[in-house]
Amino acid sequence: MPAKARTKPVRVLIAKPGLDGHDRGAKVVARALRDAGMEVIYAGLRQTPEEIVRAAIEEDVDLVGLSILSGAHMALFPKVLRLLQKEKGGKIPVFAGGIIPDEDARRLRRLGIKAIFGPGASLAEIVRTAQELARPHA
Amino acid sequence: MSRARTPSDAEAIFGGDRRALARAITAVESGSETSDDLLRAVYPRTGRVPVVGLTGPLGVGKSSVINLLIAHLRSLGRSVGVVAVDPSSPFSGGSVLGDRIRLERRADDRDVFFRSMASRGAAGGLSATTRDVARLLEAAGFSVVLVETVGSGQVDVAIRSVATTRVVVLVPHLGDEVQTLKAGLFEIADVFCINKSDLPGAETAERDLAELASLGPAPDGWRSRIVRTSTVTPSGIPELWKAIEAHEAFLATSPGHAAERRRRLEEEILGRARDRLTEDLAARLEVDPALRKLVDRVVARELDPGTAAERLLAARRR
Repeated sequence: MPAKARTKPVRVLIAKPGLDGHDRGAKVVARALRDAGMEVIYAGLRQTPEEIVRAAIEEDVDLVGLSILSGAHMALFPKVLRLLQKEKGGKIPVFAGGIIPDEDARRLRRLGIKAIFGPGASLAEIVRTAQELARPHA
Repeated sequence: MSRARTPSDAEAIFGGDRRALARAITAVESGSETSDDLLRAVYPRTGRVPVVGLTGPLGVGKSSVINLLIAHLRSLGRSVGVVAVDPSSPFSGGSVLGDRIRLERRADDRDVFFRSMASRGAAGGLSATTRDVARLLEAAGFSVVLVETVGSGQVDVAIRSVATTRVVVLVPHLGDEVQTLKAGLFEIADVFCINKSDLPGAETAERDLAELASLGPAPDGWRSRIVRTSTVTPSGIPELWKAIEAHEAFLATSPGHAAERRRRLEEEILGRARDRLTEDLAARLEVDPALRKLVDRVVARELDPGTAAERLLAARRR
């Protein structure tokens, strides 16, 4: 019997805010992060910012990944950041993926989204960024 | 990271601080050095509320049943702490924890706390620390604790030692009645929940289970109840809770229960002592060249593993 594991796997929440119809991309990312040894809490489609923040706090994640295709990112992402702050989770890094125009991406980065991946991003790149972001934050 | 200091962190948990509770669960789950103090502070406040374990094969609808059970309990004014376990990959150690997907929208309800856990290599359908996490939830003031196991095979019965009431969730057409005769999962049910009972075959499943329940020895005097549920219609959830409550009420008056409880705690103490001992021995084996030689000799067939184990233990006593 192996001795009790002392290393703490990275815990990451993957969620889709808003009204997107499918979550293929988010699932592929969840799977890649799993294969990189992370514990991925998959919250699924059509989450409100409140639900996402609640899950992030209860699950005590090291990292939050948001995926969005609908175009509502400028409304929903800042709200997630604001609520995280309010719930004392402001230090949890948030990254995002989806269809996000460059101009919006720049503004979101200024607001505190740590990394943003477009449709062409490689899984290896996403995994590497997630690992870097998940280093101790609290 | 040494966040979970007692007593201040334990007090924050008792006071209903959700962030403190979430962090304490992480500390306990990863065996950080603060977790022992925390569990020491928490233990006296546990052992009072129903800890309901839901187990059963993959895909029978455990998460969906839990979702509806939470809603029912909330309608009765009960607060609910949930811990749901999903498997870790034996290859990468990673895991996708998806039980939250079934959770209905109740973002502002502070009387529900839901935590996902990965099994982290433990067998039996739970992780090694699930029991401690259930205790944290109770100490945080939740009046019912629900524990969902990994979608289990036939012999994943770890929930037996964690829950006060065990619900085995099944669906129609899992097999003929011979399946119900087999050892394992069917033996630990206090309540059988036949889910997806809107599908054909639910009556046959109930009949087969009823026969099983009426045959068996009921050493403690409790006969397993059978409840049909559907999360589509939905139906049967209040009946499921009534069956669980009936079992809890039975425990409160059952003369055998105190002895059983004592036996289980004894098992837990031995288990924890065994874990510590194993860790200690593994650490010695790693650093002590003389002990490493023992392994070499076993590899070379000069010494048998049993004798080597004796010598390892003897080295610890010196």
